[in-house]
Amino acid sequence: MYPHSNHQQDKPILDVRDVSVRYNGRDALESINFHLHVGERIAVVGPNGAGKSTLFKVVSGVLQPNSGEVTISGSKPTVHSCIAYIPQRSQVDWRFPVSVADVVMMGRSAKLGPLNWPKKQDWNFVNHALETVQISNLSKRQISQLSGGQQQRMFIARALAQEAELMLMDEPLTGLDTPAQEGLLDLLDTLREQKVTVMVATHDLEQAAKHFDRIMLLNKKIVAFGDPESVLHSENLLSAYGGRFRTVEGKDGLLAVDDSCCDEGEHDHVH
Amino acid sequence: MFINWLVEPLQYEFMQRGMIAAVLVGIVCAVVGTYVVLRGMAFFGDALAHTILPGIAIGYLITGGARDTLFWWALGTAVIAALGIGAISKQAEIKEDTAIGIIFAGMFALGIALISTVRSYAVDLSHFLFGDVLGVSAQSLWLIVIFGAIVLLIIGAFYKEFLTLSFDPILAATLRLPVNLLNNLLLGLIAVTVAVSLQTVGVALMVAMLVTPAATAYLLTNRLPMMMSLSAFFAALSGVIGLYLSYYLSIASGAAIVLTATTFFVIAFLWKRIKVG
Repeated sequence: MYPHSNHQQDKPILDVRDVSVRYNGRDALESINFHLHVGERIAVVGPNGAGKSTLFKVVSGVLQPNSGEVTISGSKPTVHSCIAYIPQRSQVDWRFPVSVADVVMMGRSAKLGPLNWPKKQDWNFVNHALETVQISNLSKRQISQLSGGQQQRMFIARALAQEAELMLMDEPLTGLDTPAQEGLLDLLDTLREQKVTVMVATHDLEQAAKHFDRIMLLNKKIVAFGDPESVLHSENLLSAYGGRFRTVEGKDGLLAVDDSCCDEGEHDHVH
Repeated sequence: MFINWLVEPLQYEFMQRGMIAAVLVGIVCAVVGTYVVLRGMAFFGDALAHTILPGIAIGYLITGGARDTLFWWALGTAVIAALGIGAISKQAEIKEDTAIGIIFAGMFALGIALISTVRSYAVDLSHFLFGDVLGVSAQSLWLIVIFGAIVLLIIGAFYKEFLTLSFDPILAATLRLPVNLLNNLLLGLIAVTVAVSLQTVGVALMVAMLVTPAATAYLLTNRLPMMMSLSAFFAALSGVIGLYLSYYLSIASGAAIVLTATTFFVIAFLWKRIKVG
């Protein structure tokens, strides 16, 4: 009853063509064009209100664009249950009375179908996902008892239980300390073997440059999209961030420091 | 003797029926109320209960005060009101709670106006507002059993869907669950619950049955099945204790049930405060 769709292997996993989104007469995204191949990992960078969350919502089929088209392996997003949207931690009700395993099992809801309860196979999926993200020992904890890094791992496990092929992660690094950030990025590296395509919204340009194949610089439009060296130079950054960033000459080259953190503004419109 | 004290009220058939009705309604409200609490729908529940008053009033005027048909009037109005309020909350011109507030107060006033055209209205109005569990007929009891069972069965059948939708609506959407259908189904279940509870606690106290036992349970557990079970337990116990209080202290039954449930909440709240330190 819940829809599933087969993938056409020759098509890009994600193809976004001329997508525009408007909220209350204001442009949130303007003529966005790009496509991703299976297994790519992309960092989406841009200032607050650049439309990062909006882009993810359009890609996942939760939000309909005002114009343009999104296709996932050749068909529209709403027929696929293989797209995982991992919310910002600030958007989650952490007091909700569920355990880590409960949340990961939610990823199985579609595959289970209506009126079916989890079977042994589904528990295997959940347990294996928890092992992959290395939080098997926390499966019975209530979700508020996790650290920030563990919370992100739980959502990645949920995406794995969902058998996601495209993972959209909204600011997963925000609010984590450096070891937790590194741990999470290492985990994403291990997911590469599973052919999962990953898009991550982030504020951290240095980590974006270090861990991702391509960087998309977004500010309502795509300012630049390509490998880190070609995207991260001051002309592009100035164009994306306007006056809202400072460049810092770091040991590894150019760093941009966003003056403000934590993408809050643009969420208020989308539900 | 304590036994005599417990048994004495039960020699009356209306007390037996009232007791069964209070327990059943308590359980249904408590389980549905779990989602009302987790999804922050307390105001919606309160508004919905008040909004059905004109429907009951029209039924009351047409049938000349026959109690047993009022359930159907309440049920019809509640379902229409629930879906109507659900639709109103999606419009963007006025904030959701303001829109609900306007509708519910207006409809409530309309209900009072209609009932006030009947000369003996004060007694009947107070039954609609505050409940009359001791007046539950055998036929009404059957309606409570049947519709209460339907509500619980649907909540059980769509357990994982309601859980997923309530915790993370975006996940539900990306899993392509029928989000709108499930949301409306839940509103419909709350509406049926309101109709089922009408005679027990009345329109004005309904929100307490939806929210208080579930909130008490929420303080004591962090797993959803346990929260539902504890909530049902506290609600059923409140029904029983409330009716004894009503019998021995001669206080209104609906108020006695709600006050008992509130006492459980206060105890749980204080206990948790002391435990946490």
